[in-house]
Amino acid sequence: MSAQTVDAEPMAAVGQAKMTARDVDVYYGEKRALHSVDCDVIENEVLSLIGPSGCGKSTFLRCLNRMNDTIDICRVEGNITLDSQDIYDKELDVVQLRARVGMVFQKPNPFPKSIYDNIAYGPRIHGVSSHKDDLDGIVQRSLEGAGLWQEVKDRLAEPGTGLSGGQQQRLCIARAIAVSPEVILMDEPCSALDPIATAHIEELIDELRQNFTIVIVTHNMQQAARVSQKTAFFHLGELVEHNLTGELFTNPKDERTQGYITGRYG
Amino acid sequence: MSDIAEPTPMGIAQATAGHRDIHQTPEAIARRQRRYRSEARFKYYGIAGIAAAISMLIVLLVSIASESFSAFTQTFVTIDVNIDQATVDPNESGDPAVIGRASFQTLANNTLYALFPDVSDRRDRRALRALLSPGVEFELRRRVMDDPSLVGQTISITVEMSDDFDQLHKGLIDRTLPEAQRRINDLQLSWYDQLVSEGLIETQFNWRFFSGANSRYPELAGIWAALVGSLLTMAVTLGLAFPIGVAAAVYLEEFAPKNWFTDMIEVNINNLAAVPSIVFGLLGLAVFIQFFGMPNSSPLVGGMVIALMTLPTIIIASRAALKAVPPSIREAALGVGASKIQVVSHHVLPLAMPGILTGTIIGMAQALGETAPLLMVGMVIFITSIPSGFTDPSTVLPVQIFSWAGNPERGFVALTSAAIMVLLTFLIVMNALAIYLRKKFERRW
Amino acid sequence: MSAGILFALILLVAFSGYFIGRGRSLSVAGGAMADLHSLPSYYGLYIALWVGVPGIFLILVWLFLEPIIIEAMVLSSIPGYETMTEPDRQLALATVRNLAGGIGIREDTSADLLAAASRYTGLNSTSAWMMFAVGMALAAGTLAVTYRHIATEMRARNRVEAIIRFLLVLCSVIAILTTVGIVLSLLFESLRFFARVPPQEFLFGFQWSPQIALRADQAGASGAFGMIPLFAGTLLIGAIAMLVAVPIGLTAAIYLADYAPARVRAIVKPVMEILAGIPTVVYGFFAILTVAPVVRDFGVMLGIDASANSALAAGVVMGVMIVPFVSSLSDDVINAVPQAMRDGSYGLGATKSETIRLVILPAAIPGIVGAVLLAVSRAIGETMIVVMAAGLAANLTVNPFDAVTTVTVQIATLLVGDQEFDSPKTLSVFALGLVLFAVTLCLNVIALRVVRKYREKYE
Repeated sequence: MSAQTVDAEPMAAVGQAKMTARDVDVYYGEKRALHSVDCDVIENEVLSLIGPSGCGKSTFLRCLNRMNDTIDICRVEGNITLDSQDIYDKELDVVQLRARVGMVFQKPNPFPKSIYDNIAYGPRIHGVSSHKDDLDGIVQRSLEGAGLWQEVKDRLAEPGTGLSGGQQQRLCIARAIAVSPEVILMDEPCSALDPIATAHIEELIDELRQNFTIVIVTHNMQQAARVSQKTAFFHLGELVEHNLTGELFTNPKDERTQGYITGRYG
Repeated sequence: MSDIAEPTPMGIAQATAGHRDIHQTPEAIARRQRRYRSEARFKYYGIAGIAAAISMLIVLLVSIASESFSAFTQTFVTIDVNIDQATVDPNESGDPAVIGRASFQTLANNTLYALFPDVSDRRDRRALRALLSPGVEFELRRRVMDDPSLVGQTISITVEMSDDFDQLHKGLIDRTLPEAQRRINDLQLSWYDQLVSEGLIETQFNWRFFSGANSRYPELAGIWAALVGSLLTMAVTLGLAFPIGVAAAVYLEEFAPKNWFTDMIEVNINNLAAVPSIVFGLLGLAVFIQFFGMPNSSPLVGGMVIALMTLPTIIIASRAALKAVPPSIREAALGVGASKIQVVSHHVLPLAMPGILTGTIIGMAQALGETAPLLMVGMVIFITSIPSGFTDPSTVLPVQIFSWAGNPERGFVALTSAAIMVLLTFLIVMNALAIYLRKKFERRW
Repeated sequence: MSAGILFALILLVAFSGYFIGRGRSLSVAGGAMADLHSLPSYYGLYIALWVGVPGIFLILVWLFLEPIIIEAMVLSSIPGYETMTEPDRQLALATVRNLAGGIGIREDTSADLLAAASRYTGLNSTSAWMMFAVGMALAAGTLAVTYRHIATEMRARNRVEAIIRFLLVLCSVIAILTTVGIVLSLLFESLRFFARVPPQEFLFGFQWSPQIALRADQAGASGAFGMIPLFAGTLLIGAIAMLVAVPIGLTAAIYLADYAPARVRAIVKPVMEILAGIPTVVYGFFAILTVAPVVRDFGVMLGIDASANSALAAGVVMGVMIVPFVSSLSDDVINAVPQAMRDGSYGLGATKSETIRLVILPAAIPGIVGAVLLAVSRAIGETMIVVMAAGLAANLTVNPFDAVTTVTVQIATLLVGDQEFDSPKTLSVFALGLVLFAVTLCLNVIALRVVRKYREKYE
């Protein structure tokens, strides 16, 4: 805790906080999954959440766009803001929140629809564009943004489920950016992919940073080192350490972090 | 972080720049309001669907239950009957055969004529006789046969009133209607009122409904024969379907190799589960009755037909229960040198038994309500005796309900409803038992 | 009755065989249990099974063959048998059976038939004694043979298990036998029907009046057997039922699967299952007691003269009966759509209804179609509701306030109370049954295939 407050000062100077979490507790029924987590997400940066399995990193990620609402027994306490607005406010519009904070999941989950309809789904439901031309433009730009356009431009009408795993995951990323979110949450987006597809996605994340704020959960420390500017280490539901990625990996303040990154457990 | 000035790769800027706030414009907010309204509407459809289904259930239960109440009571009238020696046993023989043949109806009629001496017209006298149920004759004969010394005396008996007056007493006949539109004429009304004012009419619990057999007269009809028929039929069904079903499930789940033969068995079972029940009735008629010459209308044939229908249910439920036993248990038993059959009979089957029993009870509950195939094998017959064996002609409760539902007398509507309530009670008890078993033995592996 | 006594006796012998076998195995082993290949109880079971199973089979086979053989023998003994037609033979047999039972003996009964009746009685009692003797001999024989088999090195357990395995297979085969029985009995009787009424007239005829002779010169036939009006009536009532069941069932399933809180679900699901557990005869009574008068009043309100047995009343009640069927099948199908699909959609900011309408339902459509097909097959095969609430008149109409009749109504009403087995009227029932069986079988096969394909996609 003290380590974070010390770190918070230099980090805040780097950029503006897009999202903030203060004193966040999460319970699954009686079980407490997160213990008073404080964490900021800086605009146009990539924040990696790392830690051993079951440490609460995915739980925290799902708090950021209230995906935890879909789990009946889950209860979130504390304060999380997006652009200084409390996202757990009763008045808050969850649909709007999720439009602004998009999500990419661990396993690629394209809808059983055509590639085109997968991408157009978000813009359609949000009514962002009503003209076919607009929609075509969004689909093309999103697929380009996800680096998939060249591969699929001639078979947009084919089902998205027919793509390879890596392509499916990029399709899901394209689907997420088609909604024009401000933040993209990625829950171990490469864990189901082979190394080449993973490399693709990692490059893509670095490019996406230009326009989006990204939070990524990963169990792969090299990946965190490659793609992120900041890294947060979770352990047993606690945020142990949160720092510049280079700093955290080369000079960890907490011995638990030290233990994890040197491979003593996890 | 001055990335906005940098050239953006792959057109992401076009995709998003300027759209930063698209989710917060007034139009976007209005759109979302619309979406939330449609969301609420959609949810309302679901609630409406469930409400429709449940309200139908309630209407069904309430309408049948409210009709059924009047069948549980019966209107009786107490009359003093003179067991006239000249009518019953003119030669004073005391021979039961003579007494048995006597016209006790005449005695009852004379009693009525005596009660209302100024009725002399033939038609009016017929109307008067309609006051009493034909059951009065049987009741008088029974009393006198039991105790021949009653001959020549005057006894007081309490007997059922006929259906129309039973309905009248229960308030189910509108007295204010014009005479031509009621089943009871004004004269009959006045007699009835006189009997009421003399305190001779009373309402009792209708025991006969539970203990009696079928009758053409609603006030004399009961469900006991049909219940016994159902019991016998279900015994045959259970005796055949349970062992065969469990054996088939054990074979298919534990022993069967994967080949075209077992595939065919499986396809067959799945299809049989969806064959219309009346087709099973045709099977029973053509094969069991026509071909094998088994007795028509018997619980034996009915039970066999229903057993064939219930078999798929029991097999499917038993297989699910067997499948739920984890393989580790089989491996553990095989590991200590048990044979395959020992594994199944010592370990797998006992563990699966609660599930199998649950499935069997549910299958039997379905079987108990089954009607159509039993019509085909002749169980829709009019019998007034209680069946005493598996080959006796008999009927079953649902078929009894079907036949009563087709009778025009007002009293049968109540009887039908009451019989339905009895049937539903059985079904609820059976299903509750199944749920209890499932809850009690529910196991998490 | 002698079969029952024999059955009990064979069971008794088998039961004692168990103890004999067990004792024998112990004495063979000379008290050294370890020398025995199997546990003593397996030697007992070995004898018991060998005594019991063949004995019971003997009884069943005997009872199966007995009437066939005896009737053939009796028939062939009647003078002039060779010249009789098949219906005459059946009539003669029925008379003989009655005479043997002491029914219908009159002054003018022919001596030939009386002789045949006494022969029938004699054969029956001979057969009963023979069955008894053969059965007991078989039991004793198998007991003796298997008793001699028992030795220390005999693999009693393996042999017992082989027998049990055989019995298990036998039980499984009953499913196939039932199907074969259905198909054969329907086909056989239908062929007799089609010998009297040509199939094309039956399948494509527009007139159904099995009771009335249409033309006086129509020899042999006693009515018109065109099943189109029946099928149209079935479809009309089925369509009304589906119009009720599919919207209610589907919306209820969607609500239960994706909206209802766990508590509501825990209450509503069993309540819906009550609807499924109510016997159809109860629905039939409900239709005539409550729904038909409402429909009639409704017709009056619209200025339509509604029939007392309107298709609408039967259809609506049948729809209510099918609601839980549609909703539980659809519930399964909707729940089978992986959570990842829902997450993907929610993650993009879709509302629940958008997720359901645009992602889940399109993904679940094949499964739902399968469920609806199964429900249609149910509606077509449903008997009691239509027997009680629909009419008997074969009208070709689409007016739901009219009375129509259905295939199942005709099957049930033409047979009940009438066992004259050679008239086209009775035989037509089997042809209708065949059509009903074929149609529902097709629907079921297609539906089950669709549903299975769908399940595999998400497993």
